[in-house]
Amino acid sequence: MLQQVNRRQRKLALFTLAPAMAVFGAFWLLPFTRLVAMGTELDRASGMSAYFAILTQRQYLVSLGTTLGISLAVSALAVLIAGVAGFFLARHSFPGKAVLVAILTFPLAFPGVVVGFLVIMLGGRQGALAQFSMWLLDERWMFAYSLSGLFVGYLYFSIPRVITTVMAACETLDRSLEEAARSLGAGSWRVTRDVIIPGIAPALLSTAAICFATSMGAFGTAFTLGTRMSIMPLTIYGEFTNYANFAMAAALSVVLGVITWLALSLARKLAGTSLGAPA
Amino acid sequence: MNRLRFYLQLGFTLWVCLFMIVPVIMSVMAGLTTNYFVGLESGLTLRWVQEVWALYADTIWLSIRLALACLCFTVLLGVPAAYGLLRSKRRWANAMEEALLLPVAIPGLATALALLLAYGHMRGFRESWLFILIGHVLFTLPFMIRPVLAVMRGARLAELEEAAASLGAGFRQRFLGVVVPNCVGGILAGALMVVTLSIGEFNITWMLHTPLNKTLPVGLADSYASMRLEIGSAYTLLFLAMTLPLLVVIQWAGRVANRSRTP
Amino acid sequence: MTSTSLTLEGCGRTFPGGQVALHPLDLTVAAGETLVLLGPSGCGKTTTLRIISGLESPDAGGRVRFGERDVTALPIEKRDVGMVFQHYALFPNMNVADNITYGLRIKGLSRDTIRQRLDEVMAMVDLQGFGARRIHELSGGQKQRVALARAIAVRPKILLFDEPLAALDAKLRDRLRLEIGQLLRKLGITAVYVTHDQAEAMALGDRIAVMQAGRIAQLATPREIYHRPTSIFVADFIGAVNRLEVHATLADGLLRVSGGELRAPHLAGAAAVYCRPEDIQIAADGNADVRGKVRQSLFLGQSQRLLVDLGDNACLQVETASRRRWRTEDPIGLRLPPEALFHPERHAYPTKELEANHA
Repeated sequence: MLQQVNRRQRKLALFTLAPAMAVFGAFWLLPFTRLVAMGTELDRASGMSAYFAILTQRQYLVSLGTTLGISLAVSALAVLIAGVAGFFLARHSFPGKAVLVAILTFPLAFPGVVVGFLVIMLGGRQGALAQFSMWLLDERWMFAYSLSGLFVGYLYFSIPRVITTVMAACETLDRSLEEAARSLGAGSWRVTRDVIIPGIAPALLSTAAICFATSMGAFGTAFTLGTRMSIMPLTIYGEFTNYANFAMAAALSVVLGVITWLALSLARKLAGTSLGAPA
Repeated sequence: MNRLRFYLQLGFTLWVCLFMIVPVIMSVMAGLTTNYFVGLESGLTLRWVQEVWALYADTIWLSIRLALACLCFTVLLGVPAAYGLLRSKRRWANAMEEALLLPVAIPGLATALALLLAYGHMRGFRESWLFILIGHVLFTLPFMIRPVLAVMRGARLAELEEAAASLGAGFRQRFLGVVVPNCVGGILAGALMVVTLSIGEFNITWMLHTPLNKTLPVGLADSYASMRLEIGSAYTLLFLAMTLPLLVVIQWAGRVANRSRTP
Repeated sequence: MTSTSLTLEGCGRTFPGGQVALHPLDLTVAAGETLVLLGPSGCGKTTTLRIISGLESPDAGGRVRFGERDVTALPIEKRDVGMVFQHYALFPNMNVADNITYGLRIKGLSRDTIRQRLDEVMAMVDLQGFGARRIHELSGGQKQRVALARAIAVRPKILLFDEPLAALDAKLRDRLRLEIGQLLRKLGITAVYVTHDQAEAMALGDRIAVMQAGRIAQLATPREIYHRPTSIFVADFIGAVNRLEVHATLADGLLRVSGGELRAPHLAGAAAVYCRPEDIQIAADGNADVRGKVRQSLFLGQSQRLLVDLGDNACLQVETASRRRWRTEDPIGLRLPPEALFHPERHAYPTKELEANHA
């Protein structure tokens, strides 16, 4: 008798959620729980628990450190570059602007492998840079198959993410705040520093966190540029396919997963909207 | 002074644009020139595109099939789930939404490993394209739920449903007659995202694919590693031709939705 | 239209957190009567309406009856109610006619009946020719008329209104209020109407239930509520009211207050007296009961409101004709007729006789 309406509502909610939750439980939660458990098993190389091995074996620490470092650097640089360009595009209108916006945002949905290939186009043996340096100095400059190539690739897929976020944030920014600051005598540099940057700071941080998480897990780009780099996704892939070291692969995946999940949680707490599309 | 600043910023933005567009143009050109090492003077040709089609047509068909199947599943699972989230207690709903987001928040490689280690021993399942489909559904489901839920929240759906109920409509009548028609916009937005993401998905798919089940991005990685540059480029060209129209529609739809939200 | 009476027995509502939205409540609405639930936000009026509609269930022990039938366990879709919502709740995916006939189609009525019923209610709410319009093409007032038509098209046992005019602007609100009143009279249907607007409540209610903090503070006719409020809350919530502290009760039923003495035999011994601003008259020196100075005057167009300082921090609000101009510090004499003085909590009102004289 008591509270039929609420109970009926709850039953409906459960009933409509059940199929999605069942698929999620069976094909993600259960497998991932097993993955977490598998990480406690013994690493084939060192004979220690795999989680413990990550903390003690140099090669894994280097891989983790390199990945963290490159991802942080890319996020910071992408926010700087795309922040300036995005703010400029949001605040000015001029003929041809739509084309620029399209060029800067369409690569958003390029998969990582394609981005990797585009880096080869820029910095590979026959890349733009190589052609330029051949013409200039008769030398072949290349960067694609190295950490620099990876850096450029990550930058390539990060820039569109930041541009879209910055442009959206600028549009929601309250223009009257800027007008108020200007009426109080602030010059445009002061307005930028005191009003605009604080206003879009949550969006900037949030998009930086998304770029960071995406870079941490960007398997496709790294895979295209070469499988011998010491980068987390490639290390995991190597442990799994080359050494059949399942415990280590599982442990590294879980660690990487926790890091990206934390970064994206931070992003969503700050901005609350974006899902952080993958690369 | 202001003019100068404008041109400085414009110049900077143009450089960024060059960085984004030059490799794409080079790739397109490489796919259409007879011999990229010689350059454009070797002439334009569709030979590489034809060769790609001969080698990789099945990957394109599989990707389309996967994307459409993925779309069906995400609609059937995602629209009711969004409704369920709308109707659940806030705390519960947040927790479940967070859970469903995990396959997006965690690198695809990890999800794929987990799937392989849990279900890899089921031969028939592991070798069928359904195994890849599972990965794609997990990964794209939040992109269906998100926009549908947003539309549901914005549409005063609770009140509309109460109105329908007060006129005698039961749950099924309300769901199909009032709820679904009023979040068509969200479903369409979600569908575009789901299809685009599914066609481009690599990180999960690479681990789950078998030699007989290669998707378009898997084929791309394969051609980048083992084919000559022109073939890889021509293949990329085909991929862009498939996804760019979807992206244009997504952008356009987003802009229309934005405009209608601020009348 | 056949109408049904409505009974609530011991209907309370406690939220899961333990917060009481509604204390157990008994209420009867006669067949054909319009009851208005009036009160500030959070008073429990909407909860009451939702319990009647079946959108919420009462706590254990509560009963809802339509006529003789116990409908407590029925969900809203089985209760045969018509409901008009604050934000219209029109289905944006359907046009006007489809919205109005939605309930009829759910019931599976024949196409002819539906057609006929549609024409009938469209005429009733003055929307002929609007059938093919899309919802977003309508104005607020038109939308609310469609909502009204949709609710009455199913010939409900009871019609429920959840602040239907709150989203409209003032002019439109007045007009629609009149139309709803006429329609309710014409249909003779049992109706429960929730609002926080006292003018709406007065105009539409056969009876008004003023609610406060999850309880009914007073349930009576509009006239009764206004002139004989049973609590200070009701007196204060409906219209404006002055409170004057009584310093002493003298002989002959005279009460000493700041600025003078009042004749009010029916209030002997009271600590304070209450009166409405419009019942106070401006009087020449000889006739004045109290004297003071104008502290502020507020010109309202059809009238003006004076704030009169009687000394000792006592003030009176007086509503008077707007022609004469009053300035701050002008001395003023006021007459407070006995029939205008009351005290809600002592249930001390002037006799009917006095009221008649005053009229």
